[in-house]
Amino acid sequence: MLSLSHFLVLGAILFSISIVGIFLNRKNVIILLMAIELMLLAVNLNFIAFSYYLNDIAGQVFVFFILTVAAAESAIGLAILVVLFRSLASINVEDMDGLKG
Amino acid sequence: MTIEAIIFYFFAAILLAAAVCVVTVRNPVHAALFLVLSFFTAAGIWLLLRAEFLAIALVLVYVGAVMVLFLFVVMMLDINLDRMRHRFWSYLPLGATIGILIALEMALVIMAPRSGFGTMPAPADPGAGYSNTGELGKVLYTDYLYPFELAAVVLLVAMIAAIALTLRKRKNTKYQSPSDQVKADSRGRVRLVTMPVEKNEEA
Repeated sequence: MLSLSHFLVLGAILFSISIVGIFLNRKNVIILLMAIELMLLAVNLNFIAFSYYLNDIAGQVFVFFILTVAAAESAIGLAILVVLFRSLASINVEDMDGLKG
Repeated sequence: MTIEAIIFYFFAAILLAAAVCVVTVRNPVHAALFLVLSFFTAAGIWLLLRAEFLAIALVLVYVGAVMVLFLFVVMMLDINLDRMRHRFWSYLPLGATIGILIALEMALVIMAPRSGFGTMPAPADPGAGYSNTGELGKVLYTDYLYPFELAAVVLLVAMIAAIALTLRKRKNTKYQSPSDQVKADSRGRVRLVTMPVEKNEEA
């Protein structure tokens, strides 16, 4: 029988996989953005699981807003990435040292 | 084992495998495609939780728009993968330790008998006439109307910002100037010149 903890543990594992992804891909900005998307997915899964088991639709409304803001975030993030690539010809995090003192 | 449990474990296995592939595959295009797979599978799990509208919205908005944007950018940029993958696995011990620690800590809190998450009863079946989209729309357009409008403004600002960031004037390309086109009149278009008449003297 499925319970709320099944979904919460799945969300927790998904979240920690994306944390490991941030450690591994510390130089590649695109994969870093994808890991952030995975984290948001894990959080959304928690919201929806709680919304179902508490029988409260407010959790789904929150997921709706998170989806909106995440779409805006990735659009601006990718636009910044394109501008960055034009000026540096690289998206390696190690090359982004323009503000180094 | 109920049919829901089988579906849940099937989808959860695919979701976690796809997530691991997203963060470990070499080619960023493959990573984006694995991210599509994980979003799709997550939409399946959301359907299991009776969040139909959000499951479809996840597929339409995320798989259809955001991931295609990711693919565009990944294919547009010429990425030097060898430098990027240099000493890729060297941070795995530290990362895996922290990741497993976080997962274990969260699982401890969630699985603890005192939390009550394991014994929370599933809500009753709402019946055949229940519409998740309708219920969501009812609260979205009444209680959450103001945040809803703000979300629309956030999307507008993001769109304008993304266009303004990537817009650039190239040299050597020809642009139309609408104000010059509107201001044009007949005198500007036709220029009458007087030239000296050429005389044919040989005849």
